[in-house]
Amino acid sequence: MLAYLVGGWLLLFGGWGIVRSRNLVHSVVCLSVSQAGTYVLLVGIGYQKGATAPVFGAVAPPRHYGPVVDPVVQAMTLTDIVVAATVTALLLALTIQIDKTHGTVDPDRLRELRG
Amino acid sequence: MNTTTGASVLAPLVVVVPIVTGALLLAIGRSLPRWALDAVAVAGAATVLALDAVLLDAVSGGRVVTWSGGWTPHAGATVGIALVADRIGVGAALLAAVLITCALIYSWRYYEDAEAHFHVMLLLFLAGMTGFALSADLFDMLVFFELMGALAYALTGFRVEAKAAVQGGLNFAIVNSFGAFMTLTGIGMLYSRTGQLGLAQLSEALAGHRADALVVAAFVLVCTGWLVKAAAAPFHFWTADAEAVAPSPVCAVFSGVMVVLGVYGVARVYWTVFADALPEGPVRRGLLAVGILTAVLGGVMAVAQRNLKRLLAYATIAHVGLFLIAVGVLSSDGVAGAATYAAGHAGVEGSLFLLAGIVLNRYRSVDELELHGRGQPGSVLAWLMVLDGLCMAGLPPFGVGLGKGMCEDALSHEGFGWGPYLFVAVSALTGGAVLRATGRIFFGFGAEPTEEERQGSARQMSGEDDEETEGRLHRVPASMLIAVLVLMAGGLTIGTVPGFGRVMEAAAERFVDTHGYVDQVLHGIAPVPLHPADTWWTLAGVLLDVLSTAFAIGVAAVGLHFRRLPGRLRSPVTSLRPVLDGLRTLHSGHVGDYLAWLVVGVSALLAIVGLPVLA
Repeated sequence: MLAYLVGGWLLLFGGWGIVRSRNLVHSVVCLSVSQAGTYVLLVGIGYQKGATAPVFGAVAPPRHYGPVVDPVVQAMTLTDIVVAATVTALLLALTIQIDKTHGTVDPDRLRELRG
Repeated sequence: MNTTTGASVLAPLVVVVPIVTGALLLAIGRSLPRWALDAVAVAGAATVLALDAVLLDAVSGGRVVTWSGGWTPHAGATVGIALVADRIGVGAALLAAVLITCALIYSWRYYEDAEAHFHVMLLLFLAGMTGFALSADLFDMLVFFELMGALAYALTGFRVEAKAAVQGGLNFAIVNSFGAFMTLTGIGMLYSRTGQLGLAQLSEALAGHRADALVVAAFVLVCTGWLVKAAAAPFHFWTADAEAVAPSPVCAVFSGVMVVLGVYGVARVYWTVFADALPEGPVRRGLLAVGILTAVLGGVMAVAQRNLKRLLAYATIAHVGLFLIAVGVLSSDGVAGAATYAAGHAGVEGSLFLLAGIVLNRYRSVDELELHGRGQPGSVLAWLMVLDGLCMAGLPPFGVGLGKGMCEDALSHEGFGWGPYLFVAVSALTGGAVLRATGRIFFGFGAEPTEEERQGSARQMSGEDDEETEGRLHRVPASMLIAVLVLMAGGLTIGTVPGFGRVMEAAAERFVDTHGYVDQVLHGIAPVPLHPADTWWTLAGVLLDVLSTAFAIGVAAVGLHFRRLPGRLRSPVTSLRPVLDGLRTLHSGHVGDYLAWLVVGVSALLAIVGLPVLA
């Protein structure tokens, strides 16, 4: 339950950070904080008390192991970390370009797109 | 059996072919001359197009299900992940392939200095859209959604030296990514309840239980991501920013198919997963509310623009609203109408963006007032834009008009009498805005703008860094014109093919058949044959289409000669000015504001859908 609360909190708090942000690098980091919220949520869903990591050897059949946590949510989390890395890199590259062309990374002072 | 096996190879193939072609180009693109680069890219996209067409034929009797790795279900249980192709899904994939092919042909002469990256990104973008349309697994849908997202952001900011382009790309990326987190949260909630991710498996697990807070929240959150992509209000703010600054051929793809896939995602997830789990009423109210808001806002903002590409972006938003309304009726007639409308709209809107690209190239601007009277009145360009404007307003007997008529019929049939009025008004506003801009630019209609107006607020957005091409082309190259004409011809002729309405009706009936979907995917039960109603042009539809076309001409005329109108007629419009200014202020270009609106939108949807269900 705590994991869900932490996940939801990170998701919304990251969003709040983007709304209030005065620097695009800060916005991008806030986006990552939000995304971390979804990871916590997913991993929290797969958690089982007393279970071990879902790693199976090739020799012994799975029944010789104790309970394991759900590997599906972990795979989902991993997939999304890969996507996040791409998007973050792209966003930071765009931020550098914004700094080069506008001379500022304060979203309040970007006046190109209005109406 | 053989034909089914053959067809079941096609679904993965249409996703794999563009990825492999793209990877190949990335590897050897540097050593290829430009013409070979173009040829390979176009050949890759055209192959996908052909495979989509074969697949479209193969699914005429039902659906084609492909379990990746051969993990077929046993007694309804499976750990496999499926691609499920049906008429509507493959149709969306086909639309994406057509638009990408046209964009590649158009870029042949457009970006003379473009390197392989541009081609590779368009091909991967196609893979993302195709995968999204065919996937039968909620998490796979999200992955394909993020794939198309990442490429779309990169394509928007493609001209990295342009001020507006990088800002537009950043806004787009942040808002869309946040939408994707919402969807992922929703998927996590569904998984925690059911332990499933497949659409059919989820449907079976949720059916028969009373909807509770978790299911409602999951539905709204999953749909949020799709609605952000669909440019539905109040999640739409990124759209105009991105489409005003992205390269024109990319805009054609964005507005022709990418935003439509957002609506498709909502419809797909509703009918496969939630149709049995949630009561119809609240879902319908939620979708209609979003649709109406989007349609009205898009229509009004389109008329208020003077930047041609931004105008087209708002016209797209307005039409997405209309598609959402038609889908929101939650009947197969509505889906058939929306699909037809979307196909026609893709042709018209796609060709308009390509034409705007030609205008930008020739006259170094897309600002309507700045370009007043600078176009050649008798040129092919001018008449193509006039025809597109009329079609957007619904001129019969073309595709947009047919789709609009089918939507209007579906709405009146379900007892939404206001539907046809709204459809006529919104299509008249958007078509009128296009006609007004064309009249000003090419025919020099309307009063000569003052110097102050010429240098007005939109000036910055069409400044010198808006140049998309290297040198100025002296005449329109045949390759660009071919792309425009293919899109227009496609969008127009679907309205004139007898039996098209019936085919769409059958596709839609299959699409909304939740139990048939689950039975075929999980239990291998062959789909029952359908006997769709033969809908096509109706007298009411034709009359309403003629009416909206006439209104569009009226809107254009009023826009052009506003200052010559007697004051008594002007005052109601002038009194609306503060409202309009307020709306403009909302579209601030500030990514923080956009995100705040996104959260407001999610809360509102949760309230509209959730409160009646839980009460």
